[in-house]
Amino acid sequence: MPTFFERRQLVTPGDLLAEGQYIAGENTYKEDDKIYASRIGVVEYQDKKVNVVALRAFYVPRVGDTVIGTIVEVGFNGWMVDINSPYLALLRASDVLSRPFKPQKNDLSEVLDAGDLVIAKIIAYDRAHNPQLTVSEPGLGKITRGQVVKVTPTKIPRVIGRKGSMVSMIKQETGCHIILGHNGIILITGKSLENEQLAIMAIRKIEEESHTTGLTDRIVQMIKKEKEKGKQKEEDKNESET
Amino acid sequence: MSSIVVRVKQKQIAQLIAKGKRLDGRGLTDYREIKVEQGVIERAEGSARVLLGMTEVMTGIKIEIGQPYPDTPNEGVLTVNAELVPLASPTFEPGPPDENSIELARVVDRGIRESKAIDLERLCVEPGKKVFIVFVDVYVLNHDGNLIDASALAAIAALLNTKMFKYEIEEGEVKIKPGYTPLPIRKRPIAVTFAKINDKLVVDPWLEEEQIMDARLTMTIDDDGNICAVQKGGSGYFTPKQVLEAAKIAKEKAEEIRKKLKW
Amino acid sequence: MSQKLEKLIDKKGLRLDGRKPDELRPIKIEVGALSNADGSAYIQQGKNKILAAVYGPKELHPKHLALPDRMVLRCRYHMAPFSVQERKSPAPSRREIELSKVIRESLEPSIFIEYYPRTSIDLFIEVLQADGGTRCASITAASLALADAGIPMRDLVAACAAGKVDGTIVLDLMDTEDKVGTADVPVALMPNLNAITLLQMDGILTLEEFEKAVNLALEGCRKIYTMQKEALKAKYIAVKEVEE
Repeated sequence: MPTFFERRQLVTPGDLLAEGQYIAGENTYKEDDKIYASRIGVVEYQDKKVNVVALRAFYVPRVGDTVIGTIVEVGFNGWMVDINSPYLALLRASDVLSRPFKPQKNDLSEVLDAGDLVIAKIIAYDRAHNPQLTVSEPGLGKITRGQVVKVTPTKIPRVIGRKGSMVSMIKQETGCHIILGHNGIILITGKSLENEQLAIMAIRKIEEESHTTGLTDRIVQMIKKEKEKGKQKEEDKNESET
Repeated sequence: MSSIVVRVKQKQIAQLIAKGKRLDGRGLTDYREIKVEQGVIERAEGSARVLLGMTEVMTGIKIEIGQPYPDTPNEGVLTVNAELVPLASPTFEPGPPDENSIELARVVDRGIRESKAIDLERLCVEPGKKVFIVFVDVYVLNHDGNLIDASALAAIAALLNTKMFKYEIEEGEVKIKPGYTPLPIRKRPIAVTFAKINDKLVVDPWLEEEQIMDARLTMTIDDDGNICAVQKGGSGYFTPKQVLEAAKIAKEKAEEIRKKLKW
Repeated sequence: MSQKLEKLIDKKGLRLDGRKPDELRPIKIEVGALSNADGSAYIQQGKNKILAAVYGPKELHPKHLALPDRMVLRCRYHMAPFSVQERKSPAPSRREIELSKVIRESLEPSIFIEYYPRTSIDLFIEVLQADGGTRCASITAASLALADAGIPMRDLVAACAAGKVDGTIVLDLMDTEDKVGTADVPVALMPNLNAITLLQMDGILTLEEFEKAVNLALEGCRKIYTMQKEALKAKYIAVKEVEE
């Protein structure tokens, strides 16, 4: 029952990962008793389970996921939302409006219009139907301020870090509020534009280097360095003014 | 082109093939009944009608005088076109040729061209200026599977039956004379098509087998037993072993089918 | 084949460009060459220069073309007007329509099309310069573009042709050999599954020659497969090296 790669080694689609009594996990498939990779990524062997943490993938909806999406269409009884996935999601008017609405009278675009951003939760999805959203929970609904960053959806766990360590570090260091959509869209709201930019820079670095080790330390150092640079600039500016 | 085959039947076909049998009683390498009728359209210079089970294809040959291609000034021109006529199947739509009819025409064309079935040099009237153009029009009249083999057979049958008008050149003009000569044919390429179903090869798939097959493989064989054209189709695959097995079977089958042609 | 100006294989058994019969042309592959596409790749093989881009998966419009149980792969193989000696009309030719179909069918077996019903993937291939064997080089690049787009796949598809030139079976025909040679056998392979996903031939070969040509082409596919994997990994290894 051999395995053919080291843990955390880079693999490509079609690579034979293991043979024998193993279980095919994420981004792998089994044929006879052989397990192959189906995406480019780093391989993980956990007991009998073989996973590939994909470096390239798109978002596939899952019930319970929090997502950030853009309204792309205002319909008769709801909105179509682009959630950065192969499928558009449906947000029903009845979910947003507390009172019963009449399509003849109510204009849905007054509530949410094309181009608006929403934080929502997926409440239903299967092979035959497009995902359905809700915004009727605390913290969900229309986004009015902040900046949005798009990352490869499979890298969201890396941005979160072990037990949330990475994201809480960035929050602490930059003073920004960060909401992670499972669909790879991240909302950042901070006190100043500079702080938001710093958080975005950190997230971009995580995305690029997600398959390397010792990442948290490097991100901390980067943020500190950038802050220093910022301070230096401030001081230079103050000095030149006085 | 696929339509939905009832699941039960799909399973039945696949299970039978696993046992080496087929729903219509044939063995895995048996063709359906083949009927070839040559010379069925009087207005055409050559014609043939082929029945492959219930699949029916008619081919007509028209010959005109035109210009040669610049890179082959001493050769006549061969043009193959295929029409999936809407009356032949509910899945055929009127309109310009789609990828299926283009592929069909090009596979038939490749068999005739690469085997050098027609002596194109003898179709040259005036080098670089005037040559005969041979139009091969494949007309699918009823689609019950394996259009490639039926069309290729109808095309070569029609070519064997083709008469060219006699001519003479008077002051640079081509004058048609009474009487005919046969088209100079050297080879009779035969296409043999396989479907892969349940990891087994079957020859001459009919419609319902085509609808559930994983992939398709056509081998065209000339009179000397050489391969002159190959085409894989469908969204499945073949192992190298299956390809070589298919080549051997194709050689045998082509010889059998060639006997149906009058020359 | 009116006149043979020169021998395509010299006394030493070398070809016009100095290659041995079983030798590939120099190949350069770059993954992620285009920023707008969800996945892309660029290949140079001899003088061939080809770009492949993937958009999707996304919901298929018009909706009636969508399939309830699988994804639809759409493929357009196209040659730039300036890619060949004499300008090619940009309108799709019958050859391009056929090649679009066989290329699509060579890649479909590699994709888990049943995973995402009602969606489509658009694959665009542009031949910027043609030098013989463009369909094979296109497949090699397109398969990498699919992997770069994160489409789940059984294996990469590598493609290569073999043929007969001056009575010898040779690998990876360049333009002159393709035109003057007596047979051309393009093959695509998923090497880890030993599955042939493209097979065509024109010319005349005996059964033995055909077997030899297929086997030589398969060998070429396996060599190209190694280069594909390196090219795909190169994108990520570069980052790793900078950091360590």
